[in-house]
Amino acid sequence: MDRTTIDLWVGIFVALGVAALLGLAMKVGNLTSSQIGPTYSVTAAFENVGSLKPRAPVKSAGVVVGRVDSIVFDSKKFEALVTINIDKRYTFPKDTFANIYTAGLLGEQYVGLEAGGEEDALKNGDKISQTQDAIVLEKMISQFLFSKASEPKSDGKEADSSNKPTEAKATGVKETELGDAPF
Amino acid sequence: MIKSKLLNSLTRTLSGIGYRMIERIWRLGAGARLFFLTIFYSGESFKRFHLTLREIYFTGVMSLLIIVVSAFFVGMVLALQGYNTLQKYGSSEAIGVLVALSLVRELGPVVTALLFAGRAGTAITAEIGLMKTTEQLSAMEMMAVNPIARVIAPRFWAGVISMPILATLFSMVGILGGYIVAVPLIGVDDGAFWSQMQANVDFRLDIVNGLIKSLVFGVACTMIALFEGFDAPPTAEGVSRATTRTVVISSLTVLALDFVLTSFMLVI
Repeated sequence: MDRTTIDLWVGIFVALGVAALLGLAMKVGNLTSSQIGPTYSVTAAFENVGSLKPRAPVKSAGVVVGRVDSIVFDSKKFEALVTINIDKRYTFPKDTFANIYTAGLLGEQYVGLEAGGEEDALKNGDKISQTQDAIVLEKMISQFLFSKASEPKSDGKEADSSNKPTEAKATGVKETELGDAPF
Repeated sequence: MIKSKLLNSLTRTLSGIGYRMIERIWRLGAGARLFFLTIFYSGESFKRFHLTLREIYFTGVMSLLIIVVSAFFVGMVLALQGYNTLQKYGSSEAIGVLVALSLVRELGPVVTALLFAGRAGTAITAEIGLMKTTEQLSAMEMMAVNPIARVIAPRFWAGVISMPILATLFSMVGILGGYIVAVPLIGVDDGAFWSQMQANVDFRLDIVNGLIKSLVFGVACTMIALFEGFDAPPTAEGVSRATTRTVVISSLTVLALDFVLTSFMLVI
């Protein structure tokens, strides 16, 4: 076969490969979406991080503003020390709240930041003091069961608990929902 | 009398096992020696790079059709099967993630390597085996042309270069096939398909690791094909056996290497 034809075909082949890699990187992978600019890091201590992982998103008002950098165990305070990198474009007040939320019922966990009202902004190396732990499903269910067990049996006629039946009903609905969920 | 017969048969069995073992190890050593010689003489063969280009044409470009068509079908089947299970859990939007991750991490590199072993590996073995049978390799040596630099190295580098390109194409075409089944045919939401995929496929951990896998498979498959051809007995039967062995050994090596590589990659 002619040498120039072979060169042409090999060129097409390599170009196709590069195009496919670019397509994978841009359209399939998170190379474009995960790009956050220069960051500053702050730490937050949690008593329980649940299944939070490094590289999990940090969101505020639902917008990704950073990523979790590392999670280490503090053996002095017996807490989890989470370092998060926040995009330099966003500043948060010093009394910002850090919560661990779950996306959906069984989705991945992420750190949610809720801005406080203070004037000073968080700086590199600061520590967020107000945190809320991840919700552990087993704990929640056991709490619910205990509160249910300690409740007097209400048939709606008890005089002292005018709002209890509705509450019990509301939680009762929740229970059946959890029972039906496929896990 | 019976005792000595028993002892004889035992000795024969044991020496048979020993002979096979030694032969395997000898072949492994000879293969490794050929690999290092190939690397060593690569510089010489790169001086005439059009030889490598020619081999890329025969191993890479000519494999495009089988790779693209099978990738398309693999992607479509993945989407169908994945949807069937995922919709039971009410998360049919995750189909994009399922198709992309299975293709990029596993199926892309592995199925490409298996197809490559069947499509290009056999051709390499048969070609080199026949060259040896018809004494072309000896003729080259007589003319002071190094057959490793002239014949083996260009084919080796062609395989190593072609495999990651083919695997990337396989993943991309497979994802397109999955898209065609999931979005227009089944009716999964278009935006959710891509956005869930983008949120869960990591460039470094998934795409680059897949590329590393396919590069390793490329080295393994091409080297096995080259060695089997180079080592084939110079008879018609020998070449045919070597071709069969290329497919069998390549496939087993790819699957075993895949397990080893995956276990290393997931730990990090």
